Parts: sequence; C-alpha cells; structure tokens
Amino acid sequence: MNFSISTQPLDSGRLREALLRHDAGAFVAFEGWVRNVNDGRSVTRLVYEAYEPLAVKEGSKVLEEARSRFGLLDVACVHRIGALELGDMAVWVGVVSGHRDAAFPACRYVIDEVKARVPIWKKEHYTDGVTGWVHCPAEQSSAEGAG
Amino acid sequence: MSRVCVKFFALFREEAGTESTWVDTDAANLGKLFMEMGDRYNLNQSLQGVKVAVNDEMASFDDPVEDGDTVLFFPPVAGG
Repeated sequence: MNFSISTQPLDSGRLREALLRHDAGAFVAFEGWVRNVNDGRSVTRLVYEAYEPLAVKEGSKVLEEARSRFGLLDVACVHRIGALELGDMAVWVGVVSGHRDAAFPACRYVIDEVKARVPIWKKEHYTDGVTGWVHCPAEQSSAEGAG
Repeated sequence: MSRVCVKFFALFREEAGTESTWVDTDAANLGKLFMEMGDRYNLNQSLQGVKVAVNDEMASFDDPVEDGDTVLFFPPVAGG
C-alpha cells in the first residue's frame, strides 16, 4: 500500500507491475489525464502543487480506508506535481483484489477521496495567457482539468 | 496572546504575497485566526472547502490557537 507524490512522469506499466501477485484475481486502474478544456475554456497546461507531508499522510489514510472497506489485497496511488502538458498523466490509482466486485468501487472510492481531501492544487493556463486556480468543488465534479 | 507561524498555499499564497508569516494573535480559535488573516491579507474568505492544519495534522476551525503552533491554511483542494 503506497501513496506518493512524483515530480517525474508516471509510468503505468511499472506502477502496475509493482502490484502483481498470485492471490489476486482482479486489477482495476484509473488514470487522470490533462485535457485541453475545462469549464468551456481552452487549457494549454496545468501546474500542480502539493503540500507533501500532509498529502502523503492524508492519501495514505484514503488507501487504508479503501483497503479495509473493500477487502483489497493491495492499493496504490501516485499523483504527479509540477508543470504538466496536455495528455500527461496527473494521477494513477491501482487496486488489486480477489474479485472485480471489490476492485471497481474501490478504485472509484480512492480517486474521489483523493480529489476531495488530499492537499493538492492545480493552476490552469489558458490559451489567452490567463491563469486560474481550480478551486470550486461544485465545478470540479463536472469539469475537472484531469481525472 | 499567542505567537504562531501561519503558512499559505496555492491561491492563498498568491493573494497574501507571502508563503509564511509570524503572527501575534488573540484569536480564540483557528476560524477566527483565518478571518484575521483574511482581512489582513485580502484572502478570498468566501470559498467553500477551505481547510486548516496545525503542525502537519488536519485540524478543525473550532480548535484553539496554541502558542508556537504552525498553522497551515489550504484553499479548496483540486487534485486529479
């Protein structure tokens, strides 16, 4: 079980490999990508920042909750920070369990809770040169920049 | 009177124009301290989902302000 913050590009193949085990029958992953539009505005790039000591603490709590609530064999999440370009992976969640019935909702739980609770912020850069912090929770659910 | 270190993140850091500051305060709790800082630094106080942490633990705005604390004000988070 591992929650981490990365300044480097995320490699889903390697992240998945770290979770391989023979008692697992199901693996579900989620990737959040930087996309080119949010709330009707053209986005050129995103800059993420985290307060790492608390991000790791709170992110680890989310993973532990998911593990005990859904009876997972393992779960991991890594969030990238820094300047990301369109198409870059901002966040990766991987969930391993005996059967798919636990893996799908557990993966959804992790990404939802991470987005709501972990101290990570993103600043969008728009095509007109303007920047803006994404900070309205109501907008986020329908129009997030990535994920 | 308590002396605390206040740290601002993301939007709040840009609004305040500083990452951290030492503050002498009579604020009874962290919520009052946030209002005090909001007025002093023109922080957007109407945002939904502002969080507070003390000494690297998530805290409640009802918690008291203790001398020597490091208080972190987080604007609404937006990971993913």
